Amino acid sequence: MDFSALNPVALLASLMIAATPIMLAAIGELVVEKSGVLNLGVEGMMIVGAVCGFITAVETGSAWFGLLGAALGGILISSIFAFLTQVLLANQVASGLALTLFGLGVSAMIGNGYTGIKPPGFNTVNIPLLSDLPFIGPAILSHDPIVYIGILLVILVWYFLNKTKNGLVLRAVGENHDAAHALGYKVIWIRFSAILFGGMCAGLGGAYLSLVRVPQWTEGMTAGAGWIALAIVVFASWKPFRLILGAYLFGGVTIMQLNLQALGVDIGIAYLSMAPYLVTIIVLVMISSNHLRSSANAPGSLGRIFHASQ
Amino acid sequence: MSNISLLEIDGVSKSYPGVIANENVKFTIKTGEIHALLGENGAGKSTLVKTIYGLVKPDKGLMKLNGNLYSPNEPRDARSCGVAMVFQHFSLFNALTVAENIALGMESPPSIDRLSSKIETISIEYGLPINPEKMVGSLSAGEQQRVEIIRCLLQNPKLLIMDEPTSVLTPNEIKTLFSTLKKLKREGTSILYISHKLEDIRSICDTATILRGGKNVGTCDPKKENVRNIAKMMIGETIKIPKKKSTISKLIALEVDCLNWVPRDSSQKQLKNISFKLLKGEILGIGGVAGNGQDELTDILSGEILSNKSTIRLFDNSIGDIGINKRRLLGLLTAPEERLGHAAIPDMDLIENTNLTAHTREKLVKKSGIIDWKKTQEFTKNIIKEFDVRTPNAKVAAGSLSGGNLQKFVIGREVLQKPLVFIVNQPTWGVDAAAASSIKQAILDLASTGSAVIIISQDLDELLELTDNFMAINSGEMSQKINTQGLTVDEIGLMIGGTGAYWKRHD
Repeated sequence: MDFSALNPVALLASLMIAATPIMLAAIGELVVEKSGVLNLGVEGMMIVGAVCGFITAVETGSAWFGLLGAALGGILISSIFAFLTQVLLANQVASGLALTLFGLGVSAMIGNGYTGIKPPGFNTVNIPLLSDLPFIGPAILSHDPIVYIGILLVILVWYFLNKTKNGLVLRAVGENHDAAHALGYKVIWIRFSAILFGGMCAGLGGAYLSLVRVPQWTEGMTAGAGWIALAIVVFASWKPFRLILGAYLFGGVTIMQLNLQALGVDIGIAYLSMAPYLVTIIVLVMISSNHLRSSANAPGSLGRIFHASQ
Repeated sequence: MSNISLLEIDGVSKSYPGVIANENVKFTIKTGEIHALLGENGAGKSTLVKTIYGLVKPDKGLMKLNGNLYSPNEPRDARSCGVAMVFQHFSLFNALTVAENIALGMESPPSIDRLSSKIETISIEYGLPINPEKMVGSLSAGEQQRVEIIRCLLQNPKLLIMDEPTSVLTPNEIKTLFSTLKKLKREGTSILYISHKLEDIRSICDTATILRGGKNVGTCDPKKENVRNIAKMMIGETIKIPKKKSTISKLIALEVDCLNWVPRDSSQKQLKNISFKLLKGEILGIGGVAGNGQDELTDILSGEILSNKSTIRLFDNSIGDIGINKRRLLGLLTAPEERLGHAAIPDMDLIENTNLTAHTREKLVKKSGIIDWKKTQEFTKNIIKEFDVRTPNAKVAAGSLSGGNLQKFVIGREVLQKPLVFIVNQPTWGVDAAAASSIKQAILDLASTGSAVIIISQDLDELLELTDNFMAINSGEMSQKINTQGLTVDEIGLMIGGTGAYWKRHD
């Protein structure tokens, strides 16, 4: 085996690209869960985002319009979940699972006829001087803009949750919806908005897969990325900056297994492909085994249905 | 107190499907007075208060604040008119800091740093010490109430509503609260004080309005009016005072010997060197401030937490290492503190809940493993009848019963199984006076048939009233056992504080 064939610059660069879609979907889900709602439909919202983004980009010829289409697609499908769980008070777990199945099916339907097409791409960012730095330049500082928008979004979410009044209200609603209601905050409205934001982020994450990472459209192309995003939120203990770490860790594992496959390492391909999911399970088990630490930061009303009864 | 009226409530009515919560309620709160709103559970106090705070809209009637029409659509409107409220079940967020919690109750809070220093100023001014950076979940009930009060005070309220403020406080915390309320009164703030505790109301309120069945049945000066008259107005009948008949034998029913227990996580209390003997027919009271090891002791005695075989003896059996059901078969039954979620499952009906704790002793499961629903139903109906549980039928969910009725069910379910030893934690917490008196009588009757009873409680009056002997619990240690007769509330107060002659520390 020749490990010298692994190029650290290329590895780091592809790691950032692999991490971006999970990070986008996870930061949206983090906001949703902080508001007290557990939306298990991330996978479904991502794939709907992927197909909507792909079709819009191909039809308009602009990747940026593609992103817009993905965001709208994500918002639209998440609004179904929001309506079911916030207005009709349906069970969140069942509704989320249904949303995933629905998303996978509906995306296959509307994406029919778009397989095998190459979508328009993004220009890479070129920061004068910095992008020309050795190692750091090609590895970290010359990607497409979405990689940086993703990181910026995480920072903005952190600022919103921890430094603004509205962020505090959102956390309060997730922590104890009865108390928040008693203080006069509109629990349903706040959760509805959070769910739509989560849908938008998942849609963007999906579009990044179909427009940049792969880039083409195939049925079921998210291949579990939405589930990993859900796991990363728990891994990060609902803290935005740890979420970046988590996304890069899982992105790293994905890239490593792809590279090891390419190198022809003598481990079955099936085992290598399993690696990111196995790591997800192991990390979740490790975190939940210390229940005091993980539950300390979990939103108190997570997954509970709110009904403003007397 | 002046004669200017601050809030006039004129003919307020509110009904829900099947229930009239308020009917034509009329009274006036004057500027700078402490006005009591007195009534049993379900008398309509909460609905009325929610109406004043903008959480409920009345069907009929008017309210006037300072002579102007007042009809808040939401709590925000109420707050902007100078009406603030401290809730009974605190509306606090455990995972947020004190300062963040307070910011959530304000319309336009300053930055957290500036708010923190403001909180410190106010907390010193009103004698309510609190650290603004602490997580609310780590505070005691009394401290959490301070957070609520400070949250209200920061809005300079004209009317402060307090819903059952002393129900979770220790005697010392109550003193602090009352001096804060008196200071507020001197500054011209009116206080609407909701309670069913007559003693509290007599000691600080200027006027009392009494509600019964949603109607205003009288207004009086609680300091001048006879206690029995007020109680009569509240309940509509005279309360029976439980009668005690002591029949202690020399036989040891339960013995705890050198119980040491180390908790598995920091939320629990360590128990140190606990030893005592409980005689047949004896009622032993264990008193202490919440969180000093009462819940852990209850769980160890009930069998929810196992210990060494020899630490607990029930008559001739060592039972320290056997589980709840085996202990039930041997005659040791327990009613834990938390009615909903521990003693009963809220979403299951009364019949199912009966089966859960009574199946072994009452043989409600057939040998084949199939539940004997007919027998369970009969036993449940018996509980409902004997303990006067007010419920449409036995098939309603436990969670839909009022606190007092559910507590009667929970106690009745164990008492009717004729325990040899009965352990009960906080038997009358949050229960109205009529239900409390029937629960107390049931416990006394049980003891007079020869059962031994342990009552774990924070209500010192209840312990004085019911028990033969008393032990204090403090930081997981227990005092010597002493005769309750002749003890005063002050002496008990010292004992539960961990000081006084009856402590022999093992360090």
